[in-house]
Amino acid sequence: MTASISPARNAEALRRDERRERLLLFGLSLPALIMVLLVILVPVGWLFWLSLFNDEGVLSTYNYSRMLESKSYVRIFKTTFNVSFLTTLICVLIGYPLAYFLSQLSKRWATIGLIAVLLPFWTSLLVRTYAWLVVLQRKGLINQWGIELGWWETPLRLVHNLNGTLIGMVHIMLPFLVLPLYGSMRSIDFDYLKAAANLGANPTKSFWFVFFPLSLPGLFAGITVVFVLCLGFFVTPAVLGGGKVIMVSMKIETLIDLFFNFGTASALGVVLLVLTLAVLFIAHKLLNLDKVLGSGGGG
Amino acid sequence: MGQDNALPITIRGVTKTYGKVFALDDVDLDIHSGEFLTLLGPSGSGKTTLLMVLAGFTRPDAGSVSFGDEEVVRMPPHKRDVGMVFQNYALFPHMNVAANIGFPLKLRGIAKDEIRSQVEDALGVVQLEGYGDRGVEQLSGGQMQRVALARAIVFKPRILLMDEPLSALDKKLRERMQIELRHLHEQLGMTTVYVTHDQREALTMSDRIAVINHGRLMQLDKPRAIYDHPANPFVANFIGESTLLPVEQHNGVATFDGVPLKLSQHDQGIGPLLMLRPERLVFMFEGDDPDFNRFNGTVTEVVYQGESFLVYVRLSGGEEVAVRSVSQHRSLEAAPGIGDSIILGLHRDETVLVSEV
Repeated sequence: MTASISPARNAEALRRDERRERLLLFGLSLPALIMVLLVILVPVGWLFWLSLFNDEGVLSTYNYSRMLESKSYVRIFKTTFNVSFLTTLICVLIGYPLAYFLSQLSKRWATIGLIAVLLPFWTSLLVRTYAWLVVLQRKGLINQWGIELGWWETPLRLVHNLNGTLIGMVHIMLPFLVLPLYGSMRSIDFDYLKAAANLGANPTKSFWFVFFPLSLPGLFAGITVVFVLCLGFFVTPAVLGGGKVIMVSMKIETLIDLFFNFGTASALGVVLLVLTLAVLFIAHKLLNLDKVLGSGGGG
Repeated sequence: MGQDNALPITIRGVTKTYGKVFALDDVDLDIHSGEFLTLLGPSGSGKTTLLMVLAGFTRPDAGSVSFGDEEVVRMPPHKRDVGMVFQNYALFPHMNVAANIGFPLKLRGIAKDEIRSQVEDALGVVQLEGYGDRGVEQLSGGQMQRVALARAIVFKPRILLMDEPLSALDKKLRERMQIELRHLHEQLGMTTVYVTHDQREALTMSDRIAVINHGRLMQLDKPRAIYDHPANPFVANFIGESTLLPVEQHNGVATFDGVPLKLSQHDQGIGPLLMLRPERLVFMFEGDDPDFNRFNGTVTEVVYQGESFLVYVRLSGGEEVAVRSVSQHRSLEAAPGIGDSIILGLHRDETVLVSEV
């Protein structure tokens, strides 16, 4: 009506201000964007580029076809996923009760408990891994005590195999599961549990019907972080696996260090990256699905 | 009112301390079967603690709580079979409306078809037919309140506890819900214990009000009696507005400012404090109505508050009191101005002497 004849008061100027503000904000985040571009996208692109050349430096899909044909590569991926899956599973079995226990403590004791969980982070990964080697080896602490106490006679094979790898990796990964889980458990309103009790739920039922479902977002977040970190893990399986547990990252290291084969190493990296992204994507879908179910599927 | 759907509650010597502070100090209280009793008090008075003791979430240091003939003070909450509406509703966010309401029935091992029909009935009672499939976060505050109520009554508990259930609602909705809850109580007949800090809410809804302060029961009576005859200065000040002025006793006759006070026939009036409530005071113009006590004073302030207006008056003894009048054309016209000398009247039936403790 009147707006078409004379524009609304200050409308144009206000719009201009808003546009300028948006540009300014974009300008502020520009350095970070450039950084991300340089540090992540360029190397990944380069990796992908390298993976497209065979040993003679000729453009080909040889590196990828080899991965499908050679059983050893398939086995490496299987091992990687297997170890990651087992590590995550054990982390959940140990971490869920631990996080639950911490979440039930008073704020002060919970903080102390959390510091205990985080304390290993302040020691170098390498130191912790070699410490496990000392504890777990044939004549290590555990075998010595076990034999002296008469629990077993021949030394247990605790290290230089899958056992050692899993023990070490679970130890490293546990905080990554416990922290998000603890956060999500802490945020569960105590009134929900009171309401459950008031409506007739004994502590077990209250846990399974109310507490556990409400802790699932934190559990899924922890599982995703642990699993994805495991997929690319190097030091611990390398030291404690004793060459028997070969994961993708270790194969990449060998290819470059021993054979100077950047093409195959890059292809391995690309495949691992794609698989990791696939895992994240699926986890994301699952999480969203959970949220949809959480709202009762209504609407 | 079906008395068989309700249980009386007997509270004896219930004490709860937090550190050195008494949240509940030796409380005795009898709640009749089927009555609507409100625990009224300021925040930190112990009213919520008492409710939590009834629900079983707070373990008292000492005392006894019985539902009917059954001692429950050591019984865990999930065995008490009482309904409760929480202040923030505490609806389970991972369940839809029907699952929330059906939860207590599911725990009691009731068949699915039966649950569905009982949930529908409960939704009908709170006027939310057809809302069963909704997610909890899709509901408005008022609807959440109704769902919480439906969940608390669906398993037909004989005692219903409510912890400030209307405090999150806006004023209009709150007032409507007060009437609805009242009707619902008449319809279902369960013993209801209701916690609020809102005196008007308590006066509107309750059969009886238990006023609580510092963990102690200050007065227990019907709303009208609590308002008209407060047992002590705390109740007089907490419920409604009042100014308490000391009176002198001469030969057993209470006098104020040298003039003997006229009291109602049935009122014994032994307290030493005269209660002046703003809406009970009137301006005296001419004539000398023998039923009124008269106080001389000067107007110091006139405040218009919409539906009513307040006139602040300094009495000849120096005390300041307020007079509230309804904003009507006639009363506004007749309102005195600042500095006017006036006479205030208080009917003898409304002349109440409050005891000191």
